[in-house]
Amino acid sequence: MSAVIQSAPPRRERSFAIGWADAGPFIALAALLVIGFLINPDFLSATNLSNVITRSAFIAIIAVGATFVISSGGLDLSVGSMAAFITGVTIMFMNGMVPHLGTWSVPAGMAIALFAGIACGLLNGLIVTVGKIEPFIATLGTMGIFRALITYLSDGGTIPIDRSLREVYRPVYFGTVTGIPIPILISLAVAAIGSFILYKTKYGRKCAAVGANADVARYSGISIIKTRTIAYLIQGACVAIAAICYVPRLGAATPTTGVLWELQVITAVVIGGTALRGGKGHIWGTVAGAVILELIANLMVLSDFVSEYLVAAVQGVIIIIAMLIQRFSK
Amino acid sequence: MLRAEALSKQYGPVTVLDDVTLDVHAGEIHAIIGENGAGKSTLMRLISGYVHPSSGHLFVDGEPMHFSTPHQAQDAGIVLVHQEILLAEGLTVAENLFLGRELTRNGVVDDRTMRRIAAEKLGELGCRVSPNALVRDVALADRQLIQIGRALLDAHKLVIFDEPTAVLTGDEVERLLEIILRLKAQGIGVLYISHRLDEVQRLADRLTVLRDGKMVGTYPGRSLSQMDMAELMVGRELTALYPPRGNEARGAPMLRVRNATVPGYAEDISFTVHKGEVLGFAGMIGAGRTELFEGIVGLRPAHASVELDGAPVHIRSQREAIDAGIGYLTEDRKAKGLLLQERLAPNLTLSALGRFHPGLAMNKRRETDALEGAIQSYDIRVKNLKVNAGQLSGGNQQKLLLAKVLLTNPSVVIIDEPTRGIDIANKAQIYTFIRQLVGEGKACIVISSEMQELIGICDRILVMRQGRINGEVSGEAMTESNIALLATAEADVGRAALGGLS
Repeated sequence: MSAVIQSAPPRRERSFAIGWADAGPFIALAALLVIGFLINPDFLSATNLSNVITRSAFIAIIAVGATFVISSGGLDLSVGSMAAFITGVTIMFMNGMVPHLGTWSVPAGMAIALFAGIACGLLNGLIVTVGKIEPFIATLGTMGIFRALITYLSDGGTIPIDRSLREVYRPVYFGTVTGIPIPILISLAVAAIGSFILYKTKYGRKCAAVGANADVARYSGISIIKTRTIAYLIQGACVAIAAICYVPRLGAATPTTGVLWELQVITAVVIGGTALRGGKGHIWGTVAGAVILELIANLMVLSDFVSEYLVAAVQGVIIIIAMLIQRFSK
Repeated sequence: MLRAEALSKQYGPVTVLDDVTLDVHAGEIHAIIGENGAGKSTLMRLISGYVHPSSGHLFVDGEPMHFSTPHQAQDAGIVLVHQEILLAEGLTVAENLFLGRELTRNGVVDDRTMRRIAAEKLGELGCRVSPNALVRDVALADRQLIQIGRALLDAHKLVIFDEPTAVLTGDEVERLLEIILRLKAQGIGVLYISHRLDEVQRLADRLTVLRDGKMVGTYPGRSLSQMDMAELMVGRELTALYPPRGNEARGAPMLRVRNATVPGYAEDISFTVHKGEVLGFAGMIGAGRTELFEGIVGLRPAHASVELDGAPVHIRSQREAIDAGIGYLTEDRKAKGLLLQERLAPNLTLSALGRFHPGLAMNKRRETDALEGAIQSYDIRVKNLKVNAGQLSGGNQQKLLLAKVLLTNPSVVIIDEPTRGIDIANKAQIYTFIRQLVGEGKACIVISSEMQELIGICDRILVMRQGRINGEVSGEAMTESNIALLATAEADVGRAALGGLS
């Protein structure tokens, strides 16, 4: 039987081939920059670009986590309210610690934020995996819970950060290193770590396998519960990091913090090329997606063609176009 | 009645079907055989209007025909029974039967009449499911019959069967063959594709052999032995399909399972498989074989006391089974075995990720080496290493799946339906691999619904019936009739009495 004519040895070429799904978001980003420049040359100025990208950092960081969740076949609608809740808890903790720790209450507060984020992620993850509730419903529930908690904690108003901490904490959002705003650096670091985990580690493989076909993963000895739960933990940690960057921006948490972020996050992930039904995730595409969303908003403000009240409509059109491209590039 | 002349089909530069001419008379069963990729399915799709020929002509009753949709082919009296089961699972049996051509009365769907006709039609096919049952709740074999019933609902001149018996066992196959003979008696032409050469030998009035998209020839039925057919398909002489058994005496017990119970499927099952032994599990679909082993390897809730190489092991998940050294190869390679949208290397290493993970990161180089090694050792035919698993033929997918399971270096390999839906050359290779495995001192368990396959490769066969082991055959006693008897009837009075007591 082994005497069967040997077919030509498999070719190793085309290793550099890049699919449309991989390159699409970056091409769209480049096109947007060119269009922006044509409409208003100020658009490409360093100040404007760095402002825009800094503003997109929160969505980008959270969306890196969402890439894991969506890649593993889940969904998290609670990220916006979770961000608000973590912001509130963090500020209250920092304020409370000022008498004891002084300015050290800032790093302590950051640790608490991370802890709270991971705890929230664990809650979502366990409801989805152990409780076997549809991710959409489970996180719709926690979305309401987190939103109500921040409203309750702030008594419907705002939770401002203690005056003595304001100056110390300010650089985390407004500072720069070698001219690059810190939030941009943080989001790049989060994306770099995220892509390492998703593409280079065992966990990344499991995550994509569970999302692509949960049965195959199970029959290959992969724990679906563990894999999905870890994806929600990563999501929680990312939300916490975004919240840490967010606190100095306004210096307060309010019941409207992070409203509708979940939709922007999911949009960023999807225009980044990750399929909503799970499977292979595209971390850098997600980051490009987050920047694209913010650029569009900025472009509409700078140009006079379209009213900026239509920003959400344009973003909606973009997500539908992205899905259509994914659909027909197969 | 139907004549296809010089049909060809190219996809871009690739020719999948080249200059094929055949005809089918009324009341004739014409079989098409060939290896996977020989172009059988393409030919059937051309004839039934799913695909357009690049060149060539079709004649029905001497009239030239051109079908641009399957509907037009159906109007001309040609219908294809698909290989895959295409039914809406959430609808009832009757609704599926009439899907797209519901009967109406005064503009309202006439459920009562449809149910009545559905019951009659299914009754003719020997299928006893209620027309009101949801297809989701119906056994696989019955779904196949429903699909056939759907094709036979209208009067047709030519019915094309694409591997209709792939998911059927024993009795069900017999029933289907009877149905086909009945169609023939009614003067209907039948085109019949099957991998099971014994069926072809029994049924076909004529048979056409395809190889690599070309016609090898049309031969009168019953003039060729199964070995002749296989050689025509492969294009060279075949040595025996089954490799010779080793002569060595069987080794020490490798896997001992006692009192295994999988609630609802298998009860109180004990067996032992030895080093260097291929143990077969025969039985009808629904006898609980797959569920038993899925229970043993931790894929479904089960109680069992398992001893591996003399030491007791506790298995609560598939991971623990793999780590203990028990590999399980699923029967459903497309839905549960491989990530079809994923490339080959991640598929190959999915069960053994730890081995490619020296530090923090996966070692790509090592993975590629493993893939090249597997392609070599298991003769997996690929165009290049970048293709997705779904682009491989069934036989190559199965070999990849085998390589994936063996990469975890199991000492016991459980293979569920090792050759379902793959062609004869690949089958022979898989059998050789199984023999090699046990030659290396592993133990192998083969679950199969093809009795000949079990007889050909196993040293010993346990037959299951209704969730229990109903008997064992080995050596000369491994015959189809013995196995069929054990699979369907109580083995002997003593066992029957025991069964009555417990």
